[in-house]
Amino acid sequence: MTEVFSATVIIGILTSGIRLATPYLYAAIGETFGQRSGVLNLGVDGQMLLGAFAAFYVAFTTENLWLGLLAAMIVGALMGLGMAYVTVNLHAEQGISGIGFYLFGLGMSELLFKMLLGTVETVKGFPITPVPLLSKIPVIGEIFFQQNILVYGAFLLVPIAWFILNKTTLGLKIRSVGENPEAADSLGVSVARVRYFTIILGGTLSGLAGASMSIALLNVFQQNMTSGLGFIAVALVYFGAWRAWGVLAGALLFSMVNSMQLWMQVLNIPIPSDIAVMLPYILTIIVLVATVSRVRAPSALTKPFDRGH
Amino acid sequence: MNKKNLLVVLVLALALVLSACGGAAAPEEVMEEKPMEEEAMDEMAEPFKVAIIMPSSITDLAFSQSMFDALLAVQEEMGGEKAMEIVYSEGMFVVDDAAAAIRDYASEGFNLVIAHGSQYGSSLQEIAPDFPETSFAWGTTLNTFDMDNIFAYEADAHEGGYVNGVIAASLSETGVIGVVGPIEAGDAALYVKGFVAGAEATNPDITVNVNWIGSFSDVALASEAANTHVAAGADVLTGTAQMVVGAVGVAEENGALWFGTQASQTSLAPDVVVANQVYDWSVALDEMLALIAEGTYGGEAYTITLENGGLLMDYNGGYELPEDVKAAADAAVAGIIDGSIVVPVE
Repeated sequence: MTEVFSATVIIGILTSGIRLATPYLYAAIGETFGQRSGVLNLGVDGQMLLGAFAAFYVAFTTENLWLGLLAAMIVGALMGLGMAYVTVNLHAEQGISGIGFYLFGLGMSELLFKMLLGTVETVKGFPITPVPLLSKIPVIGEIFFQQNILVYGAFLLVPIAWFILNKTTLGLKIRSVGENPEAADSLGVSVARVRYFTIILGGTLSGLAGASMSIALLNVFQQNMTSGLGFIAVALVYFGAWRAWGVLAGALLFSMVNSMQLWMQVLNIPIPSDIAVMLPYILTIIVLVATVSRVRAPSALTKPFDRGH
Repeated sequence: MNKKNLLVVLVLALALVLSACGGAAAPEEVMEEKPMEEEAMDEMAEPFKVAIIMPSSITDLAFSQSMFDALLAVQEEMGGEKAMEIVYSEGMFVVDDAAAAIRDYASEGFNLVIAHGSQYGSSLQEIAPDFPETSFAWGTTLNTFDMDNIFAYEADAHEGGYVNGVIAASLSETGVIGVVGPIEAGDAALYVKGFVAGAEATNPDITVNVNWIGSFSDVALASEAANTHVAAGADVLTGTAQMVVGAVGVAEENGALWFGTQASQTSLAPDVVVANQVYDWSVALDEMLALIAEGTYGGEAYTITLENGGLLMDYNGGYELPEDVKAAADAAVAGIIDGSIVVPVE
């Protein structure tokens, strides 16, 4: 039996956790942009599924992973465009519209899967690409720098998102549109244009989240393969208090506890599996309750903006 | 305002239609319902109509596919589409939707409605009494709810699990085997118990690590569970239910051997799949259909086993299994059939 606190176990938990966190990061960072500009998009899971299928199908037929990645981004962006039109131009209720897009993505990806593939196939996905030098560092190298390229991308996204949101004019516009769209509008910021940008960006990143599963981490496509992962990503945005680093902390906590419970079962720690699989969710709820009261959601979140008023 | 509401409704409607097409293919050829006449059955003037509701897709290389393939085989036996009509609803992971589908099919006059998933049991218990002329089947279970229009079916998955376990323990060099399971219940629990018993009977020093991931659909977690097993030293992996496609890929990447169950998973990783326990439900279906033809609509429970040919060991021709290991596997099959090996499942 493996020792509980051996290097193998600790490295195993962390490496798995990093991988598991990858799709959450893409999706939740994308959702953060949308929510900071005042739009709640519950269609993330649908965007991921359609993105996952697009990436898989294109990579499967062309044997070009980069084209697959591009396809996932385009599909995600198009779904974001649809969401933006419905919520920004038509002022539709955001929650309901998002659920609509989720169902669309779920159904459409299943339909296309049946029509174009028919059965579960596999592709050769993005290989593990060790980062030169860094991957040689003992322990840390093994955990962080011996992953595939989409894993690195997900983690790089966090500082980039933080920088854009907090240090650029664009970020200022996004935040002001999400806090006080009337004021932003009176200062000449186009609320519609900013929201279009964030929702399409969110869709693109959700598409990437799907691709990270279907052509990098799992290398298969199966119907409903995200199994609600996109909804957890939305929850992580609340958990992370609408901040990139907070989202990272949430995604890591959730994933690490999940990989820890997998190890607990392997190590024969006598906890019923039903309890073990609940742990990540329970812990997330506890932290959410403990932390969320101190921060405030963007004021204009879920509120449509109408210049006429 | 009207325009906006209309569009939301349209988007939702489109989404629902699409999810219906993809997930729950509505019966396309709904014929005028005619009451079933037992006498006319033999003449096959009207095709025998079967509807099936499944939690995953008919091509899941696992649970749902095993039943759908069996239905196709039975259809072929009976003389094709003229003799038997098959309609299916797949991807019914929402039990309420499945219940609605079961009721729809029953009221459309289908002769046999199969609820393929133990999660559909309580819905069936409510619906079946309303349609005494319709035969229902559900599995995997042995519980017919004491109703005379419900058949139950079960797979003795521990039998092939045992055989897989025997081979797995013989081939493992590290002495560690990893199992990726969904939820500890039904045929998944049986399979794993049988597998562990077979492995331990072959090599008492073997370590079999079992992971229940708590989901039938979470491919990502199944994959990570497999990674965990590999990191813990496993060089042979197995798993059951439709989310294991994620784990098979990990086995292949790491050169670990894979043992499948429910359906053949060889096509997913032809280099590392050694053997599969394949379910052939046609044994049970044949008996149900014979009873229905005689006017008995249920009340019986069927179990597919190695002995009655409902469970088959399927070997990957591309993997060279050492002769002594194959002989041990064959001996296990023979022992289970003649009763000299009793697989403990408690």
